[in-house]
Amino acid sequence: MTTTTTLFSRIFSTDGAFKAVATSVLAFLYAPIIVLVMFSFSDSRSLSWPIKGLTFDWYLKLFQNEDLLEAIGNSFYVASCSTLLTLIIGVPAALALNRYNFFGKSLFRKLVLLPIALPGIITGISMLNLFKVVGFNLSLETVIIGHATALIAIIVTQVFARLERLPKSLDEASADLGASGLQTFLFVTLPNIKTSVIGAGLLSFTLSFDEIPVTFFLTGRDNTLPMYIWSTMRRGITPEINAVGTLILCLSAILIIISVLMLRDKNQ
Amino acid sequence: MSDIIQIQNLSKHFGNIVGVNDVTLDINEGEFVTILGPSGCGKSTLLRMIAGFEQPTQGHIFLDEKDVTNTPANKREVNMVFQDYALFPHLKVGANVGYGLKVNGVNKSDRQQPIIDALNLVGLSDKIDNMPHELSGGQRQRVALARALVRRPKVLLLDEPLSALDANLREQMQVELRHLHKKVGLTFIMVTHDQTEAMVMSQRVVVMKEGQIAQMGTPSDLYDHPANSYVANFIGTTNLFSSTATKTSSNQININYFGQPLQIAANDKILTSGTEQIFGFRPEKAVLVHDHRQATNGLQGKVKEVLYQGLAARILINVGAGEIAIDQMLSETKENARLPSEGDQVTIEIDPHKIMAFEQGHIT
Repeated sequence: MTTTTTLFSRIFSTDGAFKAVATSVLAFLYAPIIVLVMFSFSDSRSLSWPIKGLTFDWYLKLFQNEDLLEAIGNSFYVASCSTLLTLIIGVPAALALNRYNFFGKSLFRKLVLLPIALPGIITGISMLNLFKVVGFNLSLETVIIGHATALIAIIVTQVFARLERLPKSLDEASADLGASGLQTFLFVTLPNIKTSVIGAGLLSFTLSFDEIPVTFFLTGRDNTLPMYIWSTMRRGITPEINAVGTLILCLSAILIIISVLMLRDKNQ
Repeated sequence: MSDIIQIQNLSKHFGNIVGVNDVTLDINEGEFVTILGPSGCGKSTLLRMIAGFEQPTQGHIFLDEKDVTNTPANKREVNMVFQDYALFPHLKVGANVGYGLKVNGVNKSDRQQPIIDALNLVGLSDKIDNMPHELSGGQRQRVALARALVRRPKVLLLDEPLSALDANLREQMQVELRHLHKKVGLTFIMVTHDQTEAMVMSQRVVVMKEGQIAQMGTPSDLYDHPANSYVANFIGTTNLFSSTATKTSSNQININYFGQPLQIAANDKILTSGTEQIFGFRPEKAVLVHDHRQATNGLQGKVKEVLYQGLAARILINVGAGEIAIDQMLSETKENARLPSEGDQVTIEIDPHKIMAFEQGHIT
């Protein structure tokens, strides 16, 4: 931290200039969010500055809007299921990558990571085609599968990175002391990768929760929360949306902070 | 004494590389055996095959007269102390030690006493509730020992157990491991690349070279009667040279050290057919004589370096194209008065019985 500070201050010659730059970067990043949060408490329907009075009405209205509540419910359903699905596939995949050498292993690693780099729109269109060919009807379940393909990369990379830091001798020591493969997994491997699994799971959850492009192509009649917001936005921003945004912001912030804490390596 | 481990014609190939090549070895119950060799000689692979982590390509391993060649590691009654200790980082010391009991279905309440006993054995019962990362290197080593001993395995395997410790602690642990071996009375098989460690700790040393056993025997056997030039050079120091041997009319056997004649006592390893073979003598078996006319079996040379070591001095002497190391004990009465200095012309005298003959070959 200090070295970066000195470096920057040398470049900008004075501390004042550095502070100004730092402040404007942070403002650029966070001003829109702050505006959103403030407008969610504004008592005026029009988004005009300065705010005249404060109210909790939008939050109350939000909880009476059946469509909105249903969309929130759908989003929770999709995010939970796709996270669970990625964990079920991703954790064993990370274990296999770490433990076994097989033909095409490095290619497999790159292919698993590819969906994270692909634009969501490509994933969306290609999966839409696939489902049409196979004859699946579009529903929240197809959205779950779409999200899972992109999110597996996150689980695999995070869990794999943690596994690579675990000495191989731990597995051997466990077997040497008489443990079966399952016992070794439950008593040694899992406790040591637990935090990375939870952390990557939470990150997947937040990413799935606010995902639009893939969802747009793969959903049927049901809407997730970001889709609902997007569709109501065409009729203009309502203070209600600001209130939803604020709630999501709080939830995401909590999940992201937990996941960052979990993914942090305790040894470092 | 019965053999607790019998290794018969054991080989391990990794693709085209031969890790262990046709090793046959019996280990007595209660013995402390060390497998010694440089890195890549196959010693660790041999140990890992005994533990069950590597599947032999050929041959058999018997544990207590039962063929365990195809028995997985978790079903073998041997336990290992790993080079990096491999303590489970998420478990307390007590749980680490009790792990072997837990996975074998011992109740929590029945585990407590053996855990305390094992930790007492290594003097760490007060650390039972600590996490491994709170311990020093030496303490972790002891926890690893306690964990491996808690189920009283038939054989304890130690893979370079002291290599991660600093020099002082290593010497202390060498003694402690010896004591522990006496106390528990189990068979210990240790792998190391450190010849001093092997000599100090074990009853029997197996020297390995390129996947094969170069020689096995007690530490004094290996030092006094090395079977070949490799062992002679690996265990301690030996002045090695090559020469042909010729028998004179008076039944003397003559060899030469870089052109200078030497006599060697008759010995069934000497090849008299005129083939070049390797000879050698230990640095402490040669003495400096100050009057070269008195030397009976002498070599003339020039002192290159004198290395003072307290108890003795090692003197490096150039003799012809060769270099000889000799060790001169420094007794209190003589002080250092008789140590030569660099550049001195000296004569080295060697007892013909102290020159060892080795295999056919050439040393430049």
